[in-house]
Amino acid sequence: MKLKKDLAISDSGFLFNPSSGDSFSLNPIGVEIFKLLQKGESDDAIITLLLNDYAVDKNTIDKDLNDFKIMLTNHKLINA
Amino acid sequence: MLSMKSVKEKPTYTIAVTGLNAIDSPGPGVPVIRALRDATSFNVRIIGLSYESLEPGIYMHDLVDKVYQVPYPAAGTQVMYERFEYINNIENIDFLFPNFDAELFNFIKLEERLKKELNIHMLIPTMEQFEARNKTNLYEYGKKHGIKVPFAKMIYAAHEIPPLVAEFGFPLVIKGKFYDAKIAYTAEQAMQHFNKISAQWGLPIIIQEFIHGTEVNVCGVSDGKGKLMGAVPMRKLYITDKGKAWAGVTISDKKLIDMTQKLVKETKWNGPFELEVMKTADDEYYLIEINPRFPAWCYLPVGAGQNQVESTVNLVMKNNPVYFTKYEVGKMFIRYSYDLIVNMNEFEQISTFGEL
Repeated sequence: MKLKKDLAISDSGFLFNPSSGDSFSLNPIGVEIFKLLQKGESDDAIITLLLNDYAVDKNTIDKDLNDFKIMLTNHKLINA
Repeated sequence: MLSMKSVKEKPTYTIAVTGLNAIDSPGPGVPVIRALRDATSFNVRIIGLSYESLEPGIYMHDLVDKVYQVPYPAAGTQVMYERFEYINNIENIDFLFPNFDAELFNFIKLEERLKKELNIHMLIPTMEQFEARNKTNLYEYGKKHGIKVPFAKMIYAAHEIPPLVAEFGFPLVIKGKFYDAKIAYTAEQAMQHFNKISAQWGLPIIIQEFIHGTEVNVCGVSDGKGKLMGAVPMRKLYITDKGKAWAGVTISDKKLIDMTQKLVKETKWNGPFELEVMKTADDEYYLIEINPRFPAWCYLPVGAGQNQVESTVNLVMKNNPVYFTKYEVGKMFIRYSYDLIVNMNEFEQISTFGEL
């Protein structure tokens, strides 16, 4: 899964899709995951990094990451 | 030691502009004037041309230097010419921006005369270009130039609707010849819309295939030789109940710019235009409408780095026009309304004497 390359995100979590004009607001963890996806990190790597930083179990992170990616797909922020 | 450098002085143009109205479907006059005021390559004296005494642009004295009432297009070209002759004797107009679709027919007819006899220049489409992009001809126009246009048929009577329903399915779009478009989800709705729109705008009525997608628009200008002088795509972020943009954002859309370039190259479009395009979920682009003038949001391109209005004047006045290729993506406009306080004597002046 690859994010569209021209997406712009600010530190405050404001995400702008320049090809559609859509904008979104991400929470801090959303920003973190988004930036990791932008770097091309794998799902396993993202889950490992988040497990180190947050007191949460692997299943929850797995599910949240999956939900987040479904949202990105629905909003057409992923390359087809 | 004394040194001297030759500095080229900026020319000053007297530019007349129509479309000073600003209801919820605002005219492009005021934004065109704002763009002219922002021009860096010339100074400008603005002559506002109004049809009615309550057009707000008439009273915007920081934007408009002098206003004259002009006759409605229905009065015909001779009456219009005579009014321009009078105005030009006082103002010596260099350039004119017609900003209404409805007045363009007369201006196209008068173009040569205004230029030769009064030295008033314009950059407007030819009669052939103007007619070809007409809503009633758009489907054929798209076919001719290899651009997708929703399938459409013209009808002259309500009884022609039911056979078309079988062909188009629902929903379908019912459009007036000049203005208005409504979506019908049932045959009854289609009949109602047909009756309402034909009563207001006359016949024929256009029945058009409904395209699901996101509407994107392009504000641009072309030099009449097939070259695009500027084009900025915009996605509406907030619309009024008439479907007019009340907020919008510039977007990056190479496919849309390519389509615009193709259209301009093929048709050798002369002057400003607005393209209304529907982008489907599969990234297909359907041309919905071509407006043969600047749109009311034409000040957004100025904010995004393309003063297309300035370039339009410079092309005609041979003052080194800029051909823009870039613009800033993510620039927004947010429209607002503003109550001007006007003294009755000003209203009296324009209503009684036709000048202010």
